Order: sequence, then structure tokens, then C-alpha cells
Amino acid sequence: MKRSLILLALLLLAGLGLAQRTTLTVAVFPNLDDSIKAQIPLFNKKFPNVEVKLVIQQYADHHNALTTALATGQGLPDVAAIEIGFVGRFAEGQGFEDLNKAPYNADQYKRLFTPYTIAQATSADGRFIAMPVDIGPGTFFYRVDILQKAQVNPRDMTTWAGYIAAGRKIKATTGAFLIADAADVAWINIFATTPANQSPYFDEKGSVVVDSPRFVRAFELARSIRSAGLDAKIGAWTNEWYDAFKKGTVATQFSGAWLQGHLQNWMAPETKGLWRVQHLPEGMYASWGGSFYGIPSASKNKALAWELIKFLTTDREAQIAGFKAIGAFPALLSAQEDPSFSEPVEFLGGQQARLLWRDAARRVKPLKANKYDRVANEILSSALSQVLDEGKDVRAALAEAKRLIERRMR
Amino acid sequence: MRKAVNPAPSPPSAITLAMRWSNFQRRYAPYIFVSPFFILFLVFGLYPTLFSLYMSFQSWTPSDGWGRWKYVGLENYTFTLTDPMFWRAMWNTLWLGFFSGIPQHLIAIPLAFVIHMVLGRFKTLVVAVYFLPYITSSVAIALIFNTLFATNNGVINLVIAQLNTWPVLGWFLPDQNINWFLNSTIKYGIALVVIWQFTGWNTLLYLSAIQAIPKELYEAAAVDGASRYQQFRYITLPLLRPMMFFAVSLTIIGNMQLFEQPFVLLNGGASSATQGGQTVTMYMYRTAFEWLEMGTAASIAWILFIFIGILTYLNNLMFGRTARGEA
Repeated sequence: MKRSLILLALLLLAGLGLAQRTTLTVAVFPNLDDSIKAQIPLFNKKFPNVEVKLVIQQYADHHNALTTALATGQGLPDVAAIEIGFVGRFAEGQGFEDLNKAPYNADQYKRLFTPYTIAQATSADGRFIAMPVDIGPGTFFYRVDILQKAQVNPRDMTTWAGYIAAGRKIKATTGAFLIADAADVAWINIFATTPANQSPYFDEKGSVVVDSPRFVRAFELARSIRSAGLDAKIGAWTNEWYDAFKKGTVATQFSGAWLQGHLQNWMAPETKGLWRVQHLPEGMYASWGGSFYGIPSASKNKALAWELIKFLTTDREAQIAGFKAIGAFPALLSAQEDPSFSEPVEFLGGQQARLLWRDAARRVKPLKANKYDRVANEILSSALSQVLDEGKDVRAALAEAKRLIERRMR
Repeated sequence: MRKAVNPAPSPPSAITLAMRWSNFQRRYAPYIFVSPFFILFLVFGLYPTLFSLYMSFQSWTPSDGWGRWKYVGLENYTFTLTDPMFWRAMWNTLWLGFFSGIPQHLIAIPLAFVIHMVLGRFKTLVVAVYFLPYITSSVAIALIFNTLFATNNGVINLVIAQLNTWPVLGWFLPDQNINWFLNSTIKYGIALVVIWQFTGWNTLLYLSAIQAIPKELYEAAAVDGASRYQQFRYITLPLLRPMMFFAVSLTIIGNMQLFEQPFVLLNGGASSATQGGQTVTMYMYRTAFEWLEMGTAASIAWILFIFIGILTYLNNLMFGRTARGEA
């Protein structure tokens, strides 16, 4: 009798112990999963009874699954990673918790982050739906060996005119293309010239601005590169693109700072030491990529989910662990003060590139998301290909794009 | 005492129970046995179809959550029917349907005839080889063709460059490497993949129809001195009409719903040639999942359904009469 009582008590205790151990589901995409895997052990030091379960899907599948789950309210994770391309759309929807409100009161943490990230995750009506975890300051990659062969000084490329002139010289002397796709020059110009607190394509009143002078200039720059035969006409994220980086058939590339990690880890590891970075021409600064964590409203563990998000995004140690794992630039300002930021980057020939990127990140103007950003981006990209591939007039293409975007805004 | 609590069950009630059970079985077992299909069909077939019809009259951003849609009447239909991007996608689809559909049959019919007439015991092997692309995953095929179509080192451009050195052929081929990923060229690339993938399937269909044609007809024709070509023209082709009707119907339905090949070749819509190559289904998918306009996407689906219906009807007018044996 006594024995069975003790047994019963033990069982009860064990049951309680099990009950205390909660599971948090976190949906992420690669390579953010490598970053969070490095952060979870640190989180478990603070919250030993929380088991973090990762649901990892490829970038597009992840966001599709998230959209479907939000649509039905079923199968949602407790914490969802959101990439920059989707955060605006999810912000305009109703599926995520507004972190400005109690019990989150995220307002107190906003000053800790690279300022422009806050606007990206804020909806038009002021709801703040996700905390920034990493950012992508736009930067200018170039192949130092090709430039040397062509006797081009990188400082000559600090204006767009100088950039194109350098491209002609590079093409003539080395045969290498200036850039993989002229369209990238148009995009970085469009992003970098967006006025503060606006979407790239819409003004503060929400009117379409794609026929304004900054778009005309961006398109014309791309067209002059294409018509001079300076680009390889290779689309990003294709086998040919990786091949061009490996073989050194393109001399420069505009991208987020994160491209260095991709080049180093899998795209072109053998080009180690041949790349350098500098600021974009003409004092331009742009955001190119970034990731966030949000809490779906259907989550059953919101309090713990918030603890995890707070840890992942505002804990300096966690942010540095993530940075070391995948090289994605931390959004947390204090993490950017880590000594590892002044370490030379071997892949970039020992350049102190992270200091340059940190400087760029602090100068990027905050962008506002608009729910029609994706549609506008698609229509504009089609207009750009008409200009570049089919020789359509720039102003006519932009006027047509404006009309197409406006009729989508219903 | 205990015996009284647990008496033996009375025989009559036991019989009625067994009889009831047997009655129940006799009456309902067939329904229970066929129910899995109907349950699956209701859940995954009928319900989504009806729901998409309902959705085509609503405006819904799926990330807002279930039930947060708004009735908008015919707005989705008027929007889609006046949408230049939709019509461009429709044009791409019709173009691809025609230029990737017709060659499949023009190749498959003679090919099936030759296989039937010439190849004796290797027939099965050859048919299997032609059939292989059909059972291979479209996504894998499109990924491989993505590499084959590469502008500078792609195998297809290398072959064209090689053929270009041949005397007469060189006049018709371009001297420079073709960029297959332009608005103006991407459709040819997609058509090439589709022809390559589905010709084998049609060959198999036609071969099975040819094999069903009685040998005596050919023998009689041979006795009357008909050449191989005449046999093909006056026996095989007319008797293939029912199969042509079937195969062309399948091609029309399949090609109007072409999705994986353009989707993968266009990098899911990220390629700059998207507008030049995306099909209606791809546009529909992107409207739903990239731009989150579920109602508009549903209206695209129904407009496409009506289009396929019209095309199938036209095909029926062309082949159907003889296919039904009313010639």
C-alpha cells in the first residue's frame, strides 16, 4: 500500500515535470535555420524546459505554407520567420500579432535595431508585426584581379558614368562583362533613391510614382549598359550566374552583404581573395534583403513565443551566434559593436568589410512597405525587360507600367 | 443469485439481432465499400471546385485568415477579362498549346506507324525509351533543360553552333548564341521541352490504336498492290481518327493547363522573361500565392475552364463525328 502510494506520487511528479516541458514550433527557411540552430542552445540555458522544434522548408515553400496556414488558421507555428519580400504583405494582413500592443509592448525595443527595419515590418495603419533578426545592407562587389588587369581604379567607379566608362575599359581589355544583368543597376538605383518613409513605388499618399525622374534615370542607366554590350544578360540565381562568378566572366555585382557568404560557401569558393567591396556609387545606400520573426495570432504559446523572439532578436550573444553561423548581418545595433566586426574578411582579401557594411546599414533610409509592392515590382520588372530586351522607349514603358499597377490597386 | 443476474440470452432476440446485422450488411455494405472514393472525391474534388466558384465572386487576401472575404459580384471576372497580363498569359498558352501540341502528333503518328511496321521484337524496348520522358518528373526535366538552354555553355546552343558549320543548314541558323531566356525566345524553349516530354506518350496511344487495326486490311491492300505509304494514308490514318480525337483532346486539356515546365524554366516568375512565357495556370498560381488575390485567381480558373470547354467542343466538331462512328 505504502509502496504504491510512493509510486503514485512519483508518477504524478514525473507527469508534472513533463507538463512543464513545452514545445515551441518555429518555421524557418534556409539558411536562417543554421542561424537559429546556433541560437537554440543559448536560449535553452535561460529556458531549459522549452523544446524548440524547427519546421524547415525552402524559401518559396516556406512562405507558401505560411500563407496557406494563415488562410485556414490551421497548422501555424508559434514563431514564423518572414523574409523581407513577404513582410509587407503579411503586415497588411490580419494573421500576425501586433507587437506594439500589450503584453508585447515592443515599442521599447525598437531603438535597439537598425532603424530602417522597423518601418519594413510596420503596416500602413501602424501595426508592428515582426522583429528584425538580420539585415542586408546593399553593397558593391568587384573582382580586384580583373580591375587590375584592365587598369581600372575602383575609385573611378564612384559615379554611374565612371562605372560605365570602367565597364567599357574592362570589356575592351579583358573581355569580361561589367555585370551579369544590367537590370540590377536599375534596381539598386530604384531602391537607393527612394525617399525616407516611402515605398519604392508609391508616395506617402499611396499614389504610383514609377514614372518619376528617378525611375527614368534608373532605367536609362541599365539601358546604356545593355546597349554598350557590357552585361552578360544572365539572370540571378541561375546556374549560369554561379558559373560566371566561378570563371570570373563578370567583374562586378550589386547585392546585399550576404552575397559574400553565398560566394564563399558554395557559389565560388575558389575565388577567395579576388573579391573586394565598396560603397555604392554616388553616395547611394540601399537595403537588399533581411529577415524577421513574427507570432501568428493562432499560436497557442504566445507568451513563450515572444520570449523566444525577444531572445533571438535582442540578445547580443544570440545575434552574434547567428552572425557567426551564416554571416547574415545582425539587425541588433549592439551586436554590430562586437569585436568580430573589425576582423578582416579573408574571402575579401582581408578587407574590413563588415565596418563598411555597418556604416552603410546606418545610412539606409527607412522604407515603408505597401501591400502592392510585389505587384509593382513584377510589373516594373516586366517593363524593364521590355526596355532592355525589346528596345521599348523608357518613358513609354514606365507610363504603361504605372497604368498597369494602378488598375491592380482595387 | 449469480445465475439469475446473468441469464442465458433468449433465442428469439438473438436471431433478430443477427438478422438485423445481416440485413444491414446486405443493404449498406455496397455503399460502404464504394464510399472511400466518394468521400475523397467530395473532399478533394467537388468541394474545392465549388469553393473556387464561390471564391471567384469574393475578394480575399488569404493571409487575413479564414472567412475574411468580401462579396464583390462580377468584379473579379471584369478585372481578369480586361487585364493585359491575363491576355498575354492566354496568348502564351494558346501559342504554346499550338506549337507544342501539333508537332507532338505530327511526329507521333508516323513514328508509331514505323515502330509498328518495321521494328519486330525491339518494339517494346523502343516504345519504353520514347515513353521515358513522360514518366519523368516535369520539374526534374525543366531543371535539366534550364542548364541545357544556358546561353554560353549550354548544350543546345553548342549543338546549334555545330550544325551552323554544315553547308545548307547554316543559312537558317543564327550565328550568335541564342539567349533562350528573353520574352521573345522563351516560348520556343518551353515548346521544345513539352514536345520532347509528351511525344512518347502520344506515340504509345497511336501505337495501341494501330495494333488494333485488323491485319487483313493491310494484307488485302498489299495484294491489291498498295505501297507502304498508301497503306498508311488510306488505312491507318482514317482508322486512327477516334484515337486522334482522344489524343488531341488530352493534348488540348494538358497544354491549356501547362504549368511546371514554364514555372521552373522561368524561375518561379523571377526571370525577366516571365511575361513572355508564363501560362494562364502559372499566372493564376502567382495571382493567388504571390499577390494573394484568391478571388481573382479563382475567376482566372473558371475563365480558363470555359476556354478549355470551347476548345474541346471545337475539337469534337473536327474529329468527333467520325470518332463516334457517324461518318
